[in-house]
Amino acid sequence: MASLPPYLVDIQREIEGYARGYGLDFWDCEFEILDYKKMQEVAAFGGFPVRYPHWRFGMEFEHLTKSHVYGFSKIYEMVINNNPAYAYLLEGNSLVDQKMVIAHVLGHVDFFKNNYFFSKTNRRMIDGMANHATRVRRHMERLGIDKVESFIDACLCIENLIDTMSPFIVRKPPADREKDRVETTAELPRIRAKSYMDKFINPPEYMEEQRRKMERERDKPRKNPAEPERDVLMFLLQNAPLEPWELDILEIIRDEAYYFAPQRQTKILNEGWAAYWHSKIMTEKALKVSEIIDYADHNAGVLATAPGQFNPYKIGIELLRDIEERWDKGRFGREWNECQSLDQRRTWDKRLGLGRKKIFEVRKLYNDVTFIDEFFTADFCERNKFFSFSLNDRTGNYEIDSREFDKIKHKMLFSLTNFGDPFIFVEDSNHDNRGELLMRHRHEGTDLQIDHARSTLSALGRIWRRPVNLLTVVDGKQKMFRFDGREHSEKSLSN
Amino acid sequence: MALRIDPDHRRFRDIVRGKIKQDLRKYISQGELIGRKGKDLVSIPLPQITVPRFRFGSRDRGGVGQGEGEVGDSLGKSDPNADGSGKAGDQAGEHALEVELSLEELAQIMGEELQLPRIEPKGKQRIIAQKDRYVGIRRAGPESLRHFKRTFRQALRRQIMTGSYDPKNPIITPVREDRRYRSWRTSPLPQSNAVMIFIMDVSGSMGDEQKEIVRIESFWIDAWLRSQYKGLESRYIIHDAVAKEVDRDTFFRTRESGGTMISSAYKLCAKMIEDDFPPSEWNIYPFHFSDGDNWSVDDTVQCVEILKTHILPKVNLFCYGQVESPYGSGQFIKDLNEHFDEEDSLVVSEIKGKDAIMDSIRDFLGKGK
Repeated sequence: MASLPPYLVDIQREIEGYARGYGLDFWDCEFEILDYKKMQEVAAFGGFPVRYPHWRFGMEFEHLTKSHVYGFSKIYEMVINNNPAYAYLLEGNSLVDQKMVIAHVLGHVDFFKNNYFFSKTNRRMIDGMANHATRVRRHMERLGIDKVESFIDACLCIENLIDTMSPFIVRKPPADREKDRVETTAELPRIRAKSYMDKFINPPEYMEEQRRKMERERDKPRKNPAEPERDVLMFLLQNAPLEPWELDILEIIRDEAYYFAPQRQTKILNEGWAAYWHSKIMTEKALKVSEIIDYADHNAGVLATAPGQFNPYKIGIELLRDIEERWDKGRFGREWNECQSLDQRRTWDKRLGLGRKKIFEVRKLYNDVTFIDEFFTADFCERNKFFSFSLNDRTGNYEIDSREFDKIKHKMLFSLTNFGDPFIFVEDSNHDNRGELLMRHRHEGTDLQIDHARSTLSALGRIWRRPVNLLTVVDGKQKMFRFDGREHSEKSLSN
Repeated sequence: MALRIDPDHRRFRDIVRGKIKQDLRKYISQGELIGRKGKDLVSIPLPQITVPRFRFGSRDRGGVGQGEGEVGDSLGKSDPNADGSGKAGDQAGEHALEVELSLEELAQIMGEELQLPRIEPKGKQRIIAQKDRYVGIRRAGPESLRHFKRTFRQALRRQIMTGSYDPKNPIITPVREDRRYRSWRTSPLPQSNAVMIFIMDVSGSMGDEQKEIVRIESFWIDAWLRSQYKGLESRYIIHDAVAKEVDRDTFFRTRESGGTMISSAYKLCAKMIEDDFPPSEWNIYPFHFSDGDNWSVDDTVQCVEILKTHILPKVNLFCYGQVESPYGSGQFIKDLNEHFDEEDSLVVSEIKGKDAIMDSIRDFLGKGK
C-alpha cells in the first residue's frame, strides 16, 4: 500500500481545514492509495485489509472485479469506522475526484464518531478483524478448512438474527437463585381485613388455594429464555452445546454482525450526510474554477436515480437539505402543520436560521427509520416524485402501483425496519420438554421464503444439535416447521 | 501480484465448479451483469451463492422508487430493488455504466465460465494466413503510413514546450523528429473451415418454451464456435415428418406441427455433408434438438443406421440435445445411448429447462473435439 503522495497530503490538510470550519468533528484519517485490484480486494473484505478466510469474500471479489473490468461500476471511495479512520483512494482518479472523495470521507468519519448508533461499536475494529482472522486460521490449521468453513457457513445463515438495540440495553445480572428461594417461603398474600373479619375475608379454603397456587408457580419448569429473545446469536452462545472452537467462531460472527449493524441502520442518513458535506465543501471552498465541470459530472453520477431505483445518497442529501431549509425558515411545529393556506405556506419564512443546528442534531440522534419517519413529509415526497412499485403477477413486470404519500412512506419504513428482514425470536429452549429449540416468526403480513427457512433451520440444527422448530404463518395458517437433524417436516396448527 | 483474497476466490470458484462443498451447489444462482451488443442486451454470467437466511418470500416484494411515470407504468422485469445482496464494501460509492461488448468478448466470457477447452482446427485446409493489424504508433516508418494528426500534435507539443508557438499566428511546422507513423503487428490466422448444422424438431409436441431453449442454446453454441473459427458456416434444418433446409430467421421463428420422423432430417443432413462439405476439408458439427418423441421404432432404427454409416464417420462431433416436453415420450435419447454408448463423436444431453442450458453446452463442447 502506497502512502499518500505529498500533494494529496496537502489537499487532505486543506479539506480537513474547511470541514472543521463547518463544525465537522472527526478522527484522524489515514488515507491510502490503492490500485484497482487491491481496491476490490479491500472492498470485498468489507473495507478491511485482512479478514478470516471464507469463500464469500472471494465471491464478492469476483463480482466487483467483473463489474469493474467490463466497465459497469467503479468503486470511488471506502472508509472504515475505526479510530483513526482508514480510507482508501483509487489510484489514477483525477485530482478533482480525489478531493471529492476526501471531503465525502470526512463526512462519514464525522458521522461514525458522533452518531449515537455507532457509539457502542469497536473503534479498534481494524485490529479486531485481524484478530478474528488469526483465530479462524488457527482453528483451520488444527481442524481442517472444510470443517471450520462449514461451521462458518452455518453461522452465517443466522448472522442476521441479532438485536440491533441490544448493545444499548443494560442487562440485569443473572437472577439470584438464593433470592428466588426466599421468595417462595414468603408469606401468603392476604386480603387486608380487620382482625375480627379476617377469617371471613381470608377463609382457610382461600388461604389453602393461595398456598397451592404459589407452589404450582414455584414448581413450574422455568422457561428459558424467560422472554422471547431476539439476539439469537447470544442465546446460542450461552445455551448451545458447542465445542470451544465453535463458540469462538460464533462469537466472531456475532461481533462482526454487531459491528456492521449500525452501518446498515444508517445507510441513507450516513450517505446523505457525507454527500451533503462533500458537495458543500467542494462547491463553497475546495473547487477550482477549472474543475467544476468534472465535479458536476461525477457528482451527478453519484446522485443519479434510474427509474425505479432507490439511491440512498440522493434521498439522504435531499432530505437533509429539506430539513435545513425548513428549520432555517421555521417551517415546523404546530403553527406550520396546521396552516392550510397554500399561499402562506409557500412564502413562509420566519428567518430562524436553525437549519445547520438541526441537521447536526439529526446526524447525532437519528437512524434511517427515525429519520424517514420524522422528516419524510408529503411535500417532500411529491416534490421528489416518489412512487411505490410492486410486482404485477400477470405480466411479470414491476409496475408503479401508487403515488400516494401514505403508501410510499409505509413501504419505505417497512423495508427499513429490521433491514427488511423478518423478526425471529427464540421462544423456548426446552420445547416439548425434550430440549428442542423453538423459534417463532412474528408474522406481520409477509410470509417467509420457505426453502430458505428450511435451510436455515438445518443450519440452526447443526448448532443446536437437537431438533429445531420454527413457528410461522403461511398463507394465513399457523405452521410449524421442524428439522430433526436428518429430515424436515411440517405440520399445520389450528389457530 | 498475489492478493490476500486469492485463496478465498479460488475456493469460491471451486464451489461453483462443483469440486468442493456439493451441499452449497443448490444455492448457486446465475446472476448476471447486463451488457449491450448493438441493440441487444446480453448478460455476463455472475454466479452467486446466496446464503440461506430467514427472509421474506419474494412474492410480495416491491419497493419505493423515484422519477417520472404514471401509476401502472412498467419498470421492467428485473428486480429494481436488487442492489446486490452483498455489502459491496461499506460505503462504497459505485458508479454504474452501460457497456458495449463485442460478440467475441462475450464468447470469451462464456468460455471462461464454462472452462471449455479450445477446439482444435483440423483438416487439410489448415493454411496459416497472415493478417496485419495496425496497433500502434512508431517514430519511423514509410511515409505512406504517416499519421498526420499525431505528427501535428507532436509538433504542437514541441512548439509549445520550446515557446515557439504563437496562438495569434498558429502555424505549426513539423520537423523530422515530430513524424509519427502507424505501426502494425502481424498475427497468424489459422484458417479452417467449419460448418454447424443446426437441426430442430418443430413437430407439434415442441412448444414455445422448448423452442426458446433451443434458440438460446443454438445462439451460444454459434457464438462460441464463431470465436474459435474464422469463416464459419451455419446451415439450418427443420423437420417434422419431412425435413427441409431453411434460413436462420425461419429456423428460429417457425411454428410447425405434425408428426416426427427424425430420419428425414438425418437423411437431409447426410446429403448436405455429401454434397457440400467433404470431411477432409471441413470441421462438421451437427446439432440436433428434439423432444425425443419419434414417430415409430422403425424410423429410429433407420436413424441409427444413417448416423452410423453416413454421419458419424464424417463429423467432428454430433450433438443431440433433448428438450424436456410435457408431451413427448423422450425415448429417442435412450435409443441413442443404447446404440452409441461407446461412440466418442456423439454426445447427448438432456436439457431440463432454461437453467440447464449452460450445463448442456458444457456437455456438448466440453470435449474440445
